Amino acid sequence: MTKSSSQPYRIKGAGTLSRARTVQFTFDGKSYEGLEGDTLASALLANGVHLMGRSFKYHRPRGVMSAGVEEPSALMNITRDNARTNPNVRASVQELYDGMKAESQNRFPSLSFDVGAVNSLLSPAFVAGFYYKTFKWPAKAWDKLYEPFIRRAAGLGESPTEEDPDRYSNRFAHCDVLIIGGGAAGLMAAKTAAAKKQSVIICDENPKMGGWLLADSDVRIDGKSGAQWAADTVAELQAMDNVRVLTRTTGFGYFQQNMVALNERVTDHLSRPDPDLPRERMWQVRAKKVVIAQGSIERHMVFSGNDRPGVVLAGAAQMWLNQHGVAVGHTVGVYAACDTGYAAAFDLYEAGVNVAAIIDHRAEVSEDLLDQAKTHGIEVHTNANITSTSGRLRINGMTVETSNGETKEFEVDALLMAGGWTPSLHLSSQSRAKPAWDEATQRFLPGVSPQDCVNIGGCNGLDDLDAVFAEAIKAVGGKKTKIEITDDVSTAGGAIGIVGPEEHKGKAFVDFQNDVTAKDIKLAVREGMHSIEHVKRYTTNGMATDQGKLSNMHGLAIAAKLLGKSIPEVGLTTFRAPYTPTTFGSFVGHDRGSLFDPNRKTPIHDWAVEQGATFEPVSLWQRAWYFPKGDEDMHSAVDRECQTVRKAAGVFDASTLGKIEVVGPDAAAFMDKMYTNGWSKLKAGRAKYGIMCREDGFIYDDGVVGKLSDTRFHVTTTTGGAPRVLNHMEDYLQTEFPDMQVWLTSTTEQWATIAVQGPKAREIIEPLVSGANISDEKFPHMSVIECKVCGVPARLFRISFTGELGFEINVPAGYGRAVWEAVWDRAEPMGACAYGTEAMHVLRAEKGYIIVGQDTDGTVTPHDADLSWAVAKSKPDYVGKRGLQRPDLVADGRRQLVGLKTKDPNKVLEEGAQIVRDPEQAIPMKMIGFVTSSYWSGTLGQSIAMAVVEDGFNMMGKSLYVPMPDETIEVEVTGTVFYDPKGEKLNG
Amino acid sequence: MADSITAERREIVAGFKFANNAVSIEAAPAASRTNLRATTAGAKSFGKSISLELPTIMHETASKAGRHALKLGPDEWLLIDTKNINDSMVPRLANKNFSAVDISHRNCAFVISGAGAANTLNTACPRDLSLAAFPVGTCSRTLFGKAEVVLYRTAKDTFRLECWRTFATYVRDYLMDGAKDAHI
Repeated sequence: MTKSSSQPYRIKGAGTLSRARTVQFTFDGKSYEGLEGDTLASALLANGVHLMGRSFKYHRPRGVMSAGVEEPSALMNITRDNARTNPNVRASVQELYDGMKAESQNRFPSLSFDVGAVNSLLSPAFVAGFYYKTFKWPAKAWDKLYEPFIRRAAGLGESPTEEDPDRYSNRFAHCDVLIIGGGAAGLMAAKTAAAKKQSVIICDENPKMGGWLLADSDVRIDGKSGAQWAADTVAELQAMDNVRVLTRTTGFGYFQQNMVALNERVTDHLSRPDPDLPRERMWQVRAKKVVIAQGSIERHMVFSGNDRPGVVLAGAAQMWLNQHGVAVGHTVGVYAACDTGYAAAFDLYEAGVNVAAIIDHRAEVSEDLLDQAKTHGIEVHTNANITSTSGRLRINGMTVETSNGETKEFEVDALLMAGGWTPSLHLSSQSRAKPAWDEATQRFLPGVSPQDCVNIGGCNGLDDLDAVFAEAIKAVGGKKTKIEITDDVSTAGGAIGIVGPEEHKGKAFVDFQNDVTAKDIKLAVREGMHSIEHVKRYTTNGMATDQGKLSNMHGLAIAAKLLGKSIPEVGLTTFRAPYTPTTFGSFVGHDRGSLFDPNRKTPIHDWAVEQGATFEPVSLWQRAWYFPKGDEDMHSAVDRECQTVRKAAGVFDASTLGKIEVVGPDAAAFMDKMYTNGWSKLKAGRAKYGIMCREDGFIYDDGVVGKLSDTRFHVTTTTGGAPRVLNHMEDYLQTEFPDMQVWLTSTTEQWATIAVQGPKAREIIEPLVSGANISDEKFPHMSVIECKVCGVPARLFRISFTGELGFEINVPAGYGRAVWEAVWDRAEPMGACAYGTEAMHVLRAEKGYIIVGQDTDGTVTPHDADLSWAVAKSKPDYVGKRGLQRPDLVADGRRQLVGLKTKDPNKVLEEGAQIVRDPEQAIPMKMIGFVTSSYWSGTLGQSIAMAVVEDGFNMMGKSLYVPMPDETIEVEVTGTVFYDPKGEKLNG
Repeated sequence: MADSITAERREIVAGFKFANNAVSIEAAPAASRTNLRATTAGAKSFGKSISLELPTIMHETASKAGRHALKLGPDEWLLIDTKNINDSMVPRLANKNFSAVDISHRNCAFVISGAGAANTLNTACPRDLSLAAFPVGTCSRTLFGKAEVVLYRTAKDTFRLECWRTFATYVRDYLMDGAKDAHI
C-alpha cells in the first residue's frame, strides 16, 4: 500500500480542524491521512480524491456532491470487522475515525475501471420503464431468468453475513418542547424555551450543532462568528438541567400525538467504542410541542454532464472549506441560479483557490454580488448556461453558452452548482401537514399541521437570519430580543427543472443514485404518466436511499412543464418515515435473543430440566413435553408415560393453566352469562366443566371451574387462552353487565398446579393433605376444597383430564417446587411417573376430551363438538345463545367432531389431513373434513384420531378416506371416546 | 401429621443484585399481596380490616407499618405487606362490597434506585417518569417491554417494580440491558 503525500487540498488556516489529531484510514485498500473532525468525504477531498462510487444503473463514475444526508452518490461500505460491515454509508456524513476501512460500491473490478459501465453505452435500451417493458413475457421466463436477473441487479451494497454483535438501545422521553434541528433557528428556539424553564430536547443529525452557520464565514451574531455563537449556545444549553442536547441524532419519524422518533448514533464515530455502549439509541419522544427546524437542502442544476466527479453543491464546498479546511479543487467553476454560488466562490477565492468563472443562469443578479466578483477579478457570465462538461473520472472542463450565444470553454477541476434551496418538509409532511405551494418563490412550504407543531427557519422558507431568530423566539412564546446580526449572506434565487437548452447532447441527471435523467422524465410523461406518483414509479425518480432529497423538485418541474400544468397540479409525493435510512438494529433495540419475548417457566420447570425432560413452547410458556428415560425416543417415552398413568399414576405440571378468580355477590349470575351451562345451582365445593362461547355461538374457551363459595369461583382456562378470556370477561362485565357486583382477578401465576392422575392418585396424595377428607364418598369426582397440602394453604380439585381417578393440587407458586417434590417422593416408589404434555394429549384424546384451538378452530359450536350436554336449554340468556340459533348453525350437515379409527390399526393419521368420501372421484376431490387430533394409543394398541367431518354424527361406522401423497388411508367413523366409555375409572 | 410439613417458599429471583455507576437493581424480599376490587364503601371497610386508609385518587399510594396500598384503577388497589409476608390479608368472611384475592405469589418485585433509575425504566417503559409527572408516592400499572408491571416511586431516585413471577427473569435481564446506557 502506498501512502499519499499529506492532504494536498487541506488549506492552512481555513476551517476549524487546524489543531485536530491526525488519523489514518483506508479507502479501497489505499491508506490516507485525515483529521479528527473530518467526514470521510472531507478527508478524501483533502487528499484530492473525488471519485468515490459508481452509479446504480449506468455505473457512471461519481464523486461526493453534498456535505449532508442528501448525498446520492458517495455511498460506502464501512467495515470494522466481519460482522460489522455497513453498506450504503454516506461518506458526506460518516465521521472519520482512526483505522476506518472504507470501500466503494457497485464497481467491478475497481472503481476506476468498472466493466458495468458498459451499461452506459447501452443506455438507449435502459430507458424509463425499462423493467416494465422488458420483463413482461414469456411468463415462464420470470422464475428462471428475469427474477434472478433483477434480484442480482437490484440493491446497492452488500448486507453483512454475520449476526450483528452490536447493542442497540431504546429510551422513552417526554418534554415540553422538542426541537428537531440545531441550526440557527433550532438553537435560538431552544435557548428561548429553556430560559422559560420548559423541559427541552434539541437534536441535530450532525456531530456539531450550528447547521449552515458552520459553513458561513461572513455572518456575525452579537459580534461572534456563526460557528462560535452556535458553540457558545450549545454549551449554555448543556449546562442546564431542563435541557437535553442530542447530537448525531436524527428526528426521522413523526407519528400521532406528537410522538417523534429519534435515532442517536452513539459509537459510529469512535475508533474503539466501549462494548457496553449501544451503537445506536432510539428515542421515542412524546412532546407537548414540536418545533421543526430541519433547514433546507441545496438543489443541484440539471444540465448535461452534471454528474462528473468534482461537480458539487456550492454550499457543500463552502462547508468543506469553512468547517474542514478543504478545497474542492485548484480551479473551480460555478454554475448558479442562486446567490449561494457567489458566497462559495468568494470564500474559495479568499482561501487561494482559482475561480475560473461564475456562470449565472439568471439575467438579473444583485449589483452588490457583481461588484464583489469584480473586486476579486472573478469573471461572471449572467444569462448564461453550461451546456456540457468533460473529464472521465473527474471533471476537467466546462463548455458555456453565453448570453449572446457564444461558446466558451473553461478548464476546471471542480464545479460548484447553486440551484437554490428546497425547504425540508419531511417531518412537517409526516405530521400530516399538506405542503403549500408558494408561487413567488417557486417552492413548497409547510402547511398547517393538525398536531401541535411549528416550522421555523430554513424549512419554513426563511433565510434572513434576523427573521429566523424572530420566528424561533416567537415559536416558543419568547419575548422579542435585540440580536445584532451583520454580514448575513443572501441565499436568494434558484431554479427548478432543466436550465439552459431543453435538449441535451449528454445526460442531464435529475436523480443521481437511480440514474434518472431529464430525458427519462420526459419520456415517462410522453408515455402517459401524468401524475408525479406515476412518473416516480415509472422512472424510479426519488426512489433511491436518498428518497429524492435532491431530485423531487426537479422531476416535478420537468413533468409539469411538459404537461403544461402548474406544479401543485402535478402533485408532490408524500414524505414518509424514516427521513434518512435507519438501521433495523435501531428498531429492534433490546428486543432480541432472550429479550425478544418473555420466556415463562413454571415453578416446577427446573425440576423437569433436572429430570432430562424435553420441552415444547406453548404460547409464551415452556412446558415439559415428555420425560425420556435412558435412550427412549419420544414415541416410547410417551407410550410408557401413558400406560403408567393408566396402570399406576402420573404426576403432571399443570401450572400453566389460566386461572381467574371471580368474586362478588353476582359471581354465579355472571358465570351464568359467560358460560353456556348453569352455575347458580352448583353447590359450593363442587366443580364443573364449562364452555365459553363468543357472541356468534362458536367455542371460545373451556375449562373446569370450582365453586369455592356462593360468591367465589376458581375458573381455569386453556394455557394460551388466559389473557383473552380475562379480557373477554372484563369486556362483557364493563359494557354489557355493568350492574353486576362482581370482580375478576387473574390468578394464573398465584398457583402452582400439580395434577396427580391414575388409580394410585389418592394413595399418593392422601398423607400430604390435611383439613380435608378426600375419600371417594366425601370428595367425589368434580369436587373442590380449600385445605392444606404439606402444611401449605391449597385448593384441591378432584378432576380428571385423563379419564383416571385424578386430583389437581393448587398451592401458592412459591411452594410449588417443594410440594411437587413431596408428591414425587411418594409417587415414584409407588410406580408412578412424571408425564409431559404429549402424554397428556394422548390420554385426553383416548377419552375424547377436546382441546380448544386444536379440535376447534373458531367455527365449531358446542353442538358441533358433541357437547350439547354442556349447553343449558332453560337459561334465559348467555353469551352465544342467540348466535347458536342462527339458521346456518342449526342446519343439518355441519362439520361435526367425530372419532376416526384407521382400518390398519398401526397407521397414524397426520393432523390436518383432509378427508374425502370417495377416493376414486376426480381431482380436485370434495373435501368433507379434516383430522384435528391423531395419536398412537399404546393403551389401546391402535391409532386414534378426532376429526371434523360434514354430517359426522350420522356417519358412525361408515368408511371414509384420507388421501395422502403416497397412499390413501381408509378410516372408520366412531364416537370420540375410545377408552372407558362408561367413565367407571373416574369414580374410583 | 401433614400439617407439620412446612414447604419451602421460593422467590423466583431471590437475592438478585446488580449495580453500575448509574443504577442499582435488586430483587425485593418476599411479601404478602392482595388484589382488591371494591366499591367506595368496600374500600373503606377493607382498609379498616388492615388498619390502613386506602387512597382514593388514581395513582396515589398510602403506607403504614410496612403495608402499602396502591390505587391502580377506579375500583382497584394493590396491597403489599412487606412485614407479615406469609399472612394473607384476605378476610375470612365474604363482603358484598369487595373482592379480595391473595396474589402474594403471583407477583414479585424489583427495587431500582440511583440517579439512572428513571432512565433505566424508560428503556422500555413509555411513562413520563419525571418528578413533575410522577412524583414520589405515585404508582401506575404500565408496561415494561412486553411485561405488564406496576411502578411505585418510593423516593426521588427509587422505584419498586412489581411484575408477574414468570416475567421476572425477562424484566430482570431487560433492566440490566437498559442500565448499560442509563448514565448517558
